[in-house]
Amino acid sequence: MAVYILRRLAYAVLILLGVSFITYLLLYLIPADPARQLAGRSATPETVANIRAQLGLDLPFYQQYFRYLWDLLQGDLGRSYIQRTEVSALIGSRLVASSELLVWGIGFELLIGISLGVLAALKRNTAVDRALMTLSFVGVSSPHFIASMLFLYLFAVNLDWFPLGGYGTVHHILLPALTLGLLGSGWYSRMVRSSMIEVLQQDFIRTARSKGLTRARVIFRHVLPNAIIPVIPMVAIDIGIFIGGLVVVESVFGWPGLGQLAWQAIQRVDIPVIVGVTMISAVFIVFANLLADLLVPLVDPRINLDKT
Amino acid sequence: MLLKTRKRLLASAITSMLIATGVSAEPNKGGDIIVTYQNDVATLDPAIGYDWQNWSMIKSLFDGLMDYDPGTTDLRTDLAESYLLSEDGKTYTFKLRKGVTFHNGREMTAEDVKYSLERTANPDTKSPGAGFFSPIVGYDAVAAGETTELAGVTVIDDYTVAIELTAPNATFLHVMGLNFASVVPKEAVEEYGEDFGKHPVGTGAYELADWTLGQKLTFEKNDDYFRDGVPYVDTITFEIGQEPLVALQRLERDEVDIAGDGIPPAKFLQFKNDPRFQDLMVTGNQLHTGYLTLNVTMPPLDDLKVRQAINMAINKDRIVRIINGRATPANQPLPPAMPGYDEDYEGFSFDPEAARSLLAEAGYPDGFETELFVMNTDPQPRIAQAMQQDLANIGITANIRSLAQANVIAAGGVKDQAPMIWSGGMAWIADFPDPSNFWGPILGCDGAVPGGWNWAWYCNEELDALGAKADAMADPDRQEERAELWGSVFTQAMDDAPWVPIFNEQRVTVHSKRMGGDDALYVDPVHVPVNYDYIWVK
Repeated sequence: MAVYILRRLAYAVLILLGVSFITYLLLYLIPADPARQLAGRSATPETVANIRAQLGLDLPFYQQYFRYLWDLLQGDLGRSYIQRTEVSALIGSRLVASSELLVWGIGFELLIGISLGVLAALKRNTAVDRALMTLSFVGVSSPHFIASMLFLYLFAVNLDWFPLGGYGTVHHILLPALTLGLLGSGWYSRMVRSSMIEVLQQDFIRTARSKGLTRARVIFRHVLPNAIIPVIPMVAIDIGIFIGGLVVVESVFGWPGLGQLAWQAIQRVDIPVIVGVTMISAVFIVFANLLADLLVPLVDPRINLDKT
Repeated sequence: MLLKTRKRLLASAITSMLIATGVSAEPNKGGDIIVTYQNDVATLDPAIGYDWQNWSMIKSLFDGLMDYDPGTTDLRTDLAESYLLSEDGKTYTFKLRKGVTFHNGREMTAEDVKYSLERTANPDTKSPGAGFFSPIVGYDAVAAGETTELAGVTVIDDYTVAIELTAPNATFLHVMGLNFASVVPKEAVEEYGEDFGKHPVGTGAYELADWTLGQKLTFEKNDDYFRDGVPYVDTITFEIGQEPLVALQRLERDEVDIAGDGIPPAKFLQFKNDPRFQDLMVTGNQLHTGYLTLNVTMPPLDDLKVRQAINMAINKDRIVRIINGRATPANQPLPPAMPGYDEDYEGFSFDPEAARSLLAEAGYPDGFETELFVMNTDPQPRIAQAMQQDLANIGITANIRSLAQANVIAAGGVKDQAPMIWSGGMAWIADFPDPSNFWGPILGCDGAVPGGWNWAWYCNEELDALGAKADAMADPDRQEERAELWGSVFTQAMDDAPWVPIFNEQRVTVHSKRMGGDDALYVDPVHVPVNYDYIWVK
């Protein structure tokens, strides 16, 4: 187990290195000139050159990258070009809001996804099943931006059930979290449905039924716990997709999280912030995956990490 | 005495504004308002902030020696009580107001003025406005990092500071009205270092009470503000992260007082025609001209007849329609709100027939092929397409190069790269309401350098000299003459047709029903976008 974790941690470091390199390279290649941006339009070419040198932007790529890595190792993500604030402070100020939305959103995804998946499996090949599966398909294929605007218009403007965006109370979090939950639930409902159907056909279920257990007991005690195992690694993979959704949903709902920060940074070509948010998201995803892999054997004793 | 007269003048100006709008003569005091923006505020450091979102926020937190009458482009003294110009026109001696305190309670003195100017000029500050201080004696040495002191700035006593210029410069008082010349307390700058922009301490009408990164900023009325009676509003909360369309919906419900980002261009007509918003929209002129640059160094655009033909080929009315009428067609570089604008100048009329014969005269009866650079965000490419069609109509094939803003700017700064550039989304809004700001960087020889903003690469030394002559008229009594001279510089430049002036964009602010104060305050030409110090709640 310890060896496994160590090996995975080593992989994690490699992955993060790769992410940092690719992100840094891409942003190096885009033809924006941060020095000119900082210097303003009235600056003389000397001023621009001066700022470029101060930021080390006149160095060759590999030197810039290693400088960045060296700072990163010391926990220094640099300063925003636009806000001139420490990137770590900007990210820190938004972590809580994003984590809240992440937890609520994934909570809704699971709640909606698993319930609908179970329902569809039990009503297999009926109109209910087909309707639910079509819905899940619509959900996962809807662009977040359109869906967010639509929900905002429907539930906040027309029906007035929720506030028009903002942050602070449970009332504020419900609509963005539900939007994320509904759109993402399709993955889970489809997975739970097929996994349920598979488990329902297993011998031990037949045994349980023949013992005379109630239908509810068979489903909740025997089918569901087994059918749900693949959901755990799925959540870890989902976090990556989910963070992508956060960028859009947070912007539309005025949710002061990392996604919104990323969106603003991209619009203003604020390179240190873009790299910082990407790195933090990568850390999230890598460790969520690691955690999921460690959790699976706890839920399913048939899997032994020491043998993998 | 001067102070009293100014106050009386201001009071009467405000009263007449209020009578004109038909509201009660006395602005209400008190009240809390909410202003929304989508993006987080970049910085509130006056030496650094340089966007249309933080510009008037900084003006509300800080003061400089000079400012403008609310809602106008008329200079007035601010932290200076009065100023004196030396006979040779090179030295301004400012008398400061006594008893003005920073938000930290300390009195502002002449030493602070000197410190603040030197801080902006210092390359370590990385101020985008440092270059504006180049007329001050000793600027070059500071910019080169040889010293940190501006030799031309002398503290005479606690309340008197003299600023010596290398040459008489009529724009200098405007420069002292820029945010970059705001007075800051040294101890606060040193305490917060690079984070001063998050912990601003000034002398302004408001002080920053709270800044929750990414969520909101709260400005609280400065009870010790040196101007009696203002500001009117107790607190202003800037809510950050609001999608512009959502903000407008909230405004209509009275949850928001000012939608800072205005109306997204694509939705402009819809809101304009929506009866719920009609009384809430305020339209004003801004010091902006959108233009098509014709690179005078690149054949065949180096031929005057070709440039004249292009000037006659573009249908400006149609382009104004493309942006839903949010502008007025332009015929000269200066915008109408700028001193020196020539109302009688007619410019080139839209005449494709005449344009075609001019092209033929120039030796291009069948036209030619060229490139038109444009920034790639809506509505700019659509505007470029309209130009492309107009040019095709006289036989010119203009291939559109639609690029990111930074790339277009970079292309413009290379001598033989961009034959034509549509300036939309990039240039030019004046930094201060003076015609010289529309010349040097974008039409003067100084701007026609690698990395510069004179994308037409137009350099007419005669006109440059005329401009310099106008700028040397620092005597306050000669300002009318000066504006006229500047006006003639721009119309004479049009004889060389380095640009096709296309339109002057207007600005629209949307505010809630309960907001009071003259419309001009909501589209203030200097305190952009809104003059927060003088608006009030009904």
